[in-house]
Amino acid sequence: MRVLGESDILFIIAAVRWTLLLSLAAFIGGGIGGLLIALARTSGIKWLRLSSTGYIKVFQGTPLLMQLFLAFFVPGVFGIDVDPWGAAALGLSLHASAFLGEIWRGCIEVVPPGQSEAARALGLRYGPRMFLIVIPQAFRIAVPPTIGFLVQLIKGTSLASIIGFVEVTRAAQIVNNATFRPFTIFALVGLIYFIICWPLSRYSRMMEKRLVAASR
Amino acid sequence: MLYQFEFADVFAYWPELAAGALRTLVLSMAAMAIGMVVAVLGALGKTSGPRWLAMLLDAYIELIRNTPFLVQIFVIFFGLPSAGIRLSSDMAALIALVVNVGAYGIEIIRAGIESISKGQIEAGKALGLKPLQIFLLIVLKPALQAIYPSLTSQFILLMLNSSVCSAIAAGELTAAAGDIQSRTFRSFEVYFVVTCIYFAISMLLWTVFAWLERLFLQKPAAR
Repeated sequence: MRVLGESDILFIIAAVRWTLLLSLAAFIGGGIGGLLIALARTSGIKWLRLSSTGYIKVFQGTPLLMQLFLAFFVPGVFGIDVDPWGAAALGLSLHASAFLGEIWRGCIEVVPPGQSEAARALGLRYGPRMFLIVIPQAFRIAVPPTIGFLVQLIKGTSLASIIGFVEVTRAAQIVNNATFRPFTIFALVGLIYFIICWPLSRYSRMMEKRLVAASR
Repeated sequence: MLYQFEFADVFAYWPELAAGALRTLVLSMAAMAIGMVVAVLGALGKTSGPRWLAMLLDAYIELIRNTPFLVQIFVIFFGLPSAGIRLSSDMAALIALVVNVGAYGIEIIRAGIESISKGQIEAGKALGLKPLQIFLLIVLKPALQAIYPSLTSQFILLMLNSSVCSAIAAGELTAAAGDIQSRTFRSFEVYFVVTCIYFAISMLLWTVFAWLERLFLQKPAAR
């Protein structure tokens, strides 16, 4: 055992970039997947609606930790090797797709059907109708809950430490194993997450209040 | 595909899996029950307590909501012993879950209390009802109706979150999975089966909650 030094603290803080990078990767992956899920959920084609509903149910009904374990082990079944980074990015992206898909479905459904009908009457096809008329209007109300979910996602990246990806929580565990100052180390890590997440939470709540005020 | 599935190796451990699932359920139910006491007290403190208490509760809520559960459980399990408090992993898991769900619960309960308009309570007073009668007959049911969806989904989230307690080797389903994996080396099969068990528990809870809502919280049909 050795004394907790400056280099240990720096090692933990340097690992923050992996937490942020993983969050970003999962948010981008989940954003693309979530858009597809939301469009499938609101489409007129029955099997698309049913399968996307099933996808959401499965991901909302199982622990994120299990999803990460499966993201780690399922590629092996097909003979593909993944490292913890790939597995964590894949698992969190699939997880975020389900949650963002469900959030965005709600936002798309809030846009009055008259908008979509008017676009159809003007002869717009599905693509321009969704991307030029419906989604821009849904976007505004989607911002607060999306940022709210981003906070959940950033916190969720801490579970990647369990499948061996060295982000900030895993870095803290490594330092703790060598120095054994758990209270200081994990309180520091908690503080780091708080500094990242709290402004986002506040921003999300502020935007939500503004939307509620605007709709009155 | 060259992979040989060996689910039989995993199913041979079904008593461990069943025990793990049961412990997950018991752990979540205990945490939810105690967490709700924390939430109700916290909500009362926030709505009718002194200002410093409300600020303290706000700090608690923000702190818990903006840090990962895994870090919270590490602070409680590894950190508290340095303050002289030693906890078994099961106890630490329960405390961490209670602390976590309490923070989310306070806001849910507070929303329920605030959903009742003052006029309703004043009407009860005008009819000469006692405070307890007002609470039981006027406030409770509509408040529960208002928060029932968020309360039940919080419970399912808590149950799913309890899998993280395996990180400190608390006895529950995910820890059982880790145990079976280390003996059989059938990683995919173990985690696939356990994920299915978690999903089955979620479905079961969803069904029970919907049934309870129909039974007790049905809104009277509009006339």
